[in-house]
Amino acid sequence: MALITEELVVLNLDSPDRHAATRVLAQALADEGRVTDLDGFLADVRKREEQMPTGLPGGIGIPHARSAHVTEPTLAFGRAPQGIDWGAEDGPAKLIFLIAAPEGGGDDHLKILAALARRLMRTEFRESLMNAPDAAAVVDVVNREVVNP
Amino acid sequence: MKFVGVTSCPTGIAHTYMAAEGLEQAAQAAGHTMEVETQGSAGFDRLSPETIAAADAVIFAVGVPVRERARFAGKPLVEADVKKAISDGPGLIARAVAAAEEAAANPAAAQAGSPAPPSGGLVTKVEEHASTGNHIRQWLMTGVSYMIPFVAAGGILIALGFMVAQLAGGKNGAIVVTKLYSLTGPPTPNPTHIVNIVTDFNPADGMHWAALLFLVGAASFSFLVPILSGFIAFAIADRPGLAPGIVGGFIAATIGAGFLGGIATGFIGGFVALWISRLKVPKGVRGVMPVVVIPLTSVLITGGLIILVLGRPIKAVSDGLASWLNGLTGTNLILLGVILGLMMAFDMGGPVNKVAYTFATTGLAAAAVATTGTSLQIMAAVMAAGMTPPLGLALATTIRRRLFSEAERENGQAAWLLGASFITEGAIPFAAADPLRVIPSCMLGSGITGGLVMLFGSTLRAPHGGIWVTPLIGNPLLYLVAIAIGTAITAAAVIALKAAGPGPVKTELDAGGLAEVVAG
Repeated sequence: MALITEELVVLNLDSPDRHAATRVLAQALADEGRVTDLDGFLADVRKREEQMPTGLPGGIGIPHARSAHVTEPTLAFGRAPQGIDWGAEDGPAKLIFLIAAPEGGGDDHLKILAALARRLMRTEFRESLMNAPDAAAVVDVVNREVVNP
Repeated sequence: MKFVGVTSCPTGIAHTYMAAEGLEQAAQAAGHTMEVETQGSAGFDRLSPETIAAADAVIFAVGVPVRERARFAGKPLVEADVKKAISDGPGLIARAVAAAEEAAANPAAAQAGSPAPPSGGLVTKVEEHASTGNHIRQWLMTGVSYMIPFVAAGGILIALGFMVAQLAGGKNGAIVVTKLYSLTGPPTPNPTHIVNIVTDFNPADGMHWAALLFLVGAASFSFLVPILSGFIAFAIADRPGLAPGIVGGFIAATIGAGFLGGIATGFIGGFVALWISRLKVPKGVRGVMPVVVIPLTSVLITGGLIILVLGRPIKAVSDGLASWLNGLTGTNLILLGVILGLMMAFDMGGPVNKVAYTFATTGLAAAAVATTGTSLQIMAAVMAAGMTPPLGLALATTIRRRLFSEAERENGQAAWLLGASFITEGAIPFAAADPLRVIPSCMLGSGITGGLVMLFGSTLRAPHGGIWVTPLIGNPLLYLVAIAIGTAITAAAVIALKAAGPGPVKTELDAGGLAEVVAG
């Protein structure tokens, strides 16, 4: 199964805060059957977020959790042109990556998420996501850079 | 320059890898090389010892404590939160450069704060920021993890020796093999016809092969307490702890203080070595501290304490128990069986266990003359009660795997054979790691088994051998029933306590667990 599909891309994320934005992306995961219990998963993400907000310099937020309610490692991507405060020092997040990892999970699956996390540090990767014209282009970028590098 | 680093974070799926990328990019941009060990949920591939040795400095950008931190001991170190490596990789690299340059300019100062790197890549299970209770458990676990190979090798060799002896020597073979063979001697005069299997080994004699297995196993067993003690001290004080710990443990074993005595000497040796190695000394003396002063004083203090201070109370307790037991004989046999059972499981080969066992075997010697059934019943109760602790733990690891670490589960498999062979020591790795829950569970099962054997009236003429001497047991069927009941009770109790108790040991052990320490 794919790490990300077009149904898991939200290009105009205009939620008022990070919790609402997370819920929109998590709903997409639930609709696609990647998450079995929406509220249970959100609680797990929130628990991680409360340890320390996952906003990072460069306008990105990476809410994430390992959760029993996740069926397989999945990425939901949201773009918020107006920015959403994600707790980073240098300003609001415009690229939101909701990373869902299953509780058990074999190493091979988790390695994809590790590769994704490494790509997030690359400016070109972030720029091509920022400039992607549509959902299909986002999926292309992720597949090209992370899944089949 | 060459740098190495470790990154980690609470969830282990995002920040760990972003931080690694951040550090590697920053190092490359500044013209350095950098290898990062990502301790995330996708497991972690250890940096090779050569890579670490070649590094000019170490960067820890972590959200949870570094696993196997001792590998990096002695290196110039930069420590920061994991987010720092994501937001400011170049800043951390600059700090690492500064640390490396400072260390190069003044090697003594850089090394002073951290202990010398442990030789041969030995690792402890000790994490920096743990609570006192966790520290004590981590110290114990370090000792236990290094002891396990000795238990496994020794116990299984002894059991195999019994099996071969049973085949080669008939129904008394398992007893004969423990008595008539030696690696030294024989004494002169030699009324019992002791055979020295070093000089007189006969490949055609099955008993000689059995004795070979038994004696090698026994040699391995003689290291249990010294190694346990030595590596508890090692976990506390790093390399300076090894000598006082091992020597103290050897003395504890020699004077019959068992593994509880070994735990005591491990702690004493560790803290004495730690204390001495932290003393402020004049510069001229500093050079000879690790080679002469620390080993000399720590070994002397630890050995002196166990001989002069701790040895006597332990012996007094043992003597007191022995005379108390002698008073009990004949008054209430079932109660006696329960008490002996409790004693067998209390310290698994330590002084209390030995009192019960010696009480039974000396009774056996008297029984050869007096032919009273009581002594044979006592022997039967003692052996059965000594078999149930490993058997019960083996059963518990089989039916509730998740409560135990990987290494404990593997140890549990060996414990079936050890328990069946009346090698109570098979339970020590479990007891040393979690004494407050394992020892009471074992005592409960052993006490009940001891009482039941008395109730059933089983008898035994052999001082050792486990199920391999079943042909020598009077009323063997009920005897096995008593063992099965005690095994089930110990397993149930240990499962209940481990499932209910706070801070289960399993979490500590699963991550970076025992098995790799043993393998490494």
